[in-house]
Amino acid sequence: MEVAVDIKDLTVAYGDKPVLWDVDLQVPRGVLMAIVGPNGAGKTTLLKAMLGLVRPAAGSVRVFGRPYHQQRHLIAYVPQRSSVDWDFPTTVLDVVLMGRYGHLGWFRRPGRAERDAALAALAQVQMADFAHRQIGQLSGGQQQRVFLARALAQAAEIYVMDEPFQGVDAVTERAIINVLRDLRAAGKTVVVVHHDLQTVTEYFDHVALINVRRIAAGPVAEVFTEANLRATYGGRLALLHTPTDTAPAARPTPAPGD
Amino acid sequence: MSPQLEVQLIAVIIAAACTLPGVFLVLRRMAMLSDAISHTVLLGIVLAYLISGNLSSPLLFAGAVAMGVLTVWLVELMSGSRLMHEDAAIGLVFPALFSLAVLLISRFAGNVHLDTDSVLLGELAFAPFDRIELFGLSLPRALVVGSGTLMLNLILLVLFYKELKLATFDPALATTLGFAPALIHYGLMTSVSLTAVTAFDAVGSILVIALMVAPPATAYLLTDRLPRMILLSVAIGIASALSGYWLARWFDVSIAGTMATMTGIAFLLAFLFAPRRGIVAQRRQQQINRERFALQMLTLHLLNHEGTRDANVECHPRHLIEELHWPAAFAGAIVRQAEQHGLVQRRGDMLVLTEQGRLFAAEASVR
Amino acid sequence: MELFTDYTFRNVTLGAMLIGAISGFLGSFAVLRRQALLGDAMSHAALPGIALAFLITGQRDPFSLLIGAAVAALVAALWLLAVVRTTRIKDDAALALTLAVFFGFGLVLLSYLQRQPHAAQAGLKSFLFGQAAALIERDLWAMLAIGLPALALVLIFWPQVKLISFDPDFARSLGVPVRRFEVLLTGIIVVAIVIGLQTVGVVLMSAMLIAPAVAARQWTNRLEYMVVLAAGFGALASLIGAWISTLGEGLATGPLIVLVMSLFTMISLLLAPERGLIWRHIRRQRVIAFD
Repeated sequence: MEVAVDIKDLTVAYGDKPVLWDVDLQVPRGVLMAIVGPNGAGKTTLLKAMLGLVRPAAGSVRVFGRPYHQQRHLIAYVPQRSSVDWDFPTTVLDVVLMGRYGHLGWFRRPGRAERDAALAALAQVQMADFAHRQIGQLSGGQQQRVFLARALAQAAEIYVMDEPFQGVDAVTERAIINVLRDLRAAGKTVVVVHHDLQTVTEYFDHVALINVRRIAAGPVAEVFTEANLRATYGGRLALLHTPTDTAPAARPTPAPGD
Repeated sequence: MSPQLEVQLIAVIIAAACTLPGVFLVLRRMAMLSDAISHTVLLGIVLAYLISGNLSSPLLFAGAVAMGVLTVWLVELMSGSRLMHEDAAIGLVFPALFSLAVLLISRFAGNVHLDTDSVLLGELAFAPFDRIELFGLSLPRALVVGSGTLMLNLILLVLFYKELKLATFDPALATTLGFAPALIHYGLMTSVSLTAVTAFDAVGSILVIALMVAPPATAYLLTDRLPRMILLSVAIGIASALSGYWLARWFDVSIAGTMATMTGIAFLLAFLFAPRRGIVAQRRQQQINRERFALQMLTLHLLNHEGTRDANVECHPRHLIEELHWPAAFAGAIVRQAEQHGLVQRRGDMLVLTEQGRLFAAEASVR
Repeated sequence: MELFTDYTFRNVTLGAMLIGAISGFLGSFAVLRRQALLGDAMSHAALPGIALAFLITGQRDPFSLLIGAAVAALVAALWLLAVVRTTRIKDDAALALTLAVFFGFGLVLLSYLQRQPHAAQAGLKSFLFGQAAALIERDLWAMLAIGLPALALVLIFWPQVKLISFDPDFARSLGVPVRRFEVLLTGIIVVAIVIGLQTVGVVLMSAMLIAPAVAARQWTNRLEYMVVLAAGFGALASLIGAWISTLGEGLATGPLIVLVMSLFTMISLLLAPERGLIWRHIRRQRVIAFD
């Protein structure tokens, strides 16, 4: 099993409060992994550490065996929608083109090839018709798909996403999960901070349970257990239906989680 | 009272009057409105003057205060349209109104003592010469008006303390409890306006901004509690005003400018040396954290590999350095610290946990 | 038109237009990155720099004064960054106190200078409200010398500048040296300020950075068109303002330009297709009528 991302002893602190503490996590190549945990438990920080956006107090992140800053071109990032100002004067196509900037380097401008790649990425998320729309005119789900298309345009090996399903409509949710499955089928590795415990078993094959520390990680069937969930969420969890009893194809009954 | 004493008294009173509403401006993230209001009140004064035709009409005062509140309303109108962000709205509204004021003055009131320079600069030294009669006493106008404003701000603060506190920290809750946050907001803005108008004749708009924002910001670095923050702000404001006055006299430079500079120096001192929040304290805390994490990491690793087959490899200092990715010097220092604290011992080449070290690691792993 | 035949007027008008165009262009980035008031703070902070430069060099030479202004503005920007990053003080309070304290210190220096027996220091007061009428040809060349390289840098690095203005985190994840570009983007505001201070002065400088950009934004959804439009609005407002100021007595150029520019912005906010408030209102009425 090749390891796509190898995180060792990762500790990130803001001031004297640890947000992530001594986290070890191996993301095997080719999986669709969910990162779940309560709010403020360090999930976004874990993603950002993977991308070199925060400096850890200790520990390391290696991508395919090398330090991440040597492998940036292999990782694509889909941030939370709230991280940008959607009133910015730019079109959908422009945003997706930005995904190609890593390939262009310093002085080259996007040309025909880049445009085609961007349009292809938009087609993958069914947003090709919106190419010349200003981004503020999109719905939340459409904005999310644009961010996803931007990541697809990067043609990376590893895709790292922060709550892509948060607050999107059903059409978008379907579109996104289809893209993720296509990526996995193509041998890519996908890591997703996921907010909805209900859909973990349906969408993902691996899961990491994080609450400042790594509680458990591995294949969903083995790791996504009641005991582990209780350990992750403390007492703030009411399970009406044990997740591991669910047949993979069926949708679990509502199990409120944090 | 000698003129010098009067000037100092005026300065103290105005400083106190400014810091009181300033505390809430800072806490509500509306500090730049003080910049806007202290510039636009000039337009209110000019318009009122043009209407009333006379410089001592109370209409001037009322007009200035009204213009201040109007400014806030305009800013909110602009940013509420969602066509621009709030900071751009502020940067649009006040220069436009101020420009209008400057033009009106130079065009229609050029011969009148509405010196645009004094808008910015004020002139405290002249305050004793502008006197009014009150209860048979001859007092500087700035002193009387300033005291009135200070009194008003104090009364408002005491009367509406809990509403202000709630509306500042939890506007949603305030609404459900029936305190209209909008009312509190505009009440605060009226107070800011009033204070700015009172103060800027004597000290100019720049010092008004400095006094409204810098002492509360300084206090914010020193305390977490609102009552203490208010008291500290007033104290720092007064101290800055007095020290500024004396330094300005000593060096024979602008009084208002020196006072503003002193508020900055007070902030700088807190920025550097505040316990807990100052830079010096923060650096020390970061260093302590770094060492504590490292010690925990070290003992945890020793614990994990203790008694395992590869223990004699894993527990060698050099291997630990590699695995934990520590620079050699740092690693050496940590190991020494661990030894000093009695957490590890050297046994030949290897590092071994003591009983205390094992406890330390166990605690660390439960966090 | 007298404006362009008379030598003095021509300098004033051209100078004002140059400033309007450059501030409009460069200010667009400040507005989009929500640093609109940074320009306000930095232009106030420039005052002590100007005074110190005069103190050191002893003469009102435009280049040294501009350098003084630039250095002071940069120091203020760095100080602001330090405060916001390391303390709980939010950006609005940091801006306000930096603005007031630096400017206050500048006033101290000015008052000290006023007691010195130099005739030339009277010109320093003009930095408060601007004195476009005093622009001479050398000032124009100084503006071009500083302004054109800034513009050129933005154009050369257009994709990176656009990316960083929109999504700095994503840019960082691509390995773009975001910190360096943020320094560049702050630097260009400093450039706009030191150029513009002479025309509109400290108090009104922020309007020259903000108003053209806000106006331009209402008319287009493409950044490329927006910055050009902002430059155009800035230049046009400066032209009109300069012209009006020749029409009568006591009409200072700086405030006139700001007023004209604000008028453009108001009109844009109301009438621009799609975003304009009047059209929005009409559309809403139509929907209601339809129901």
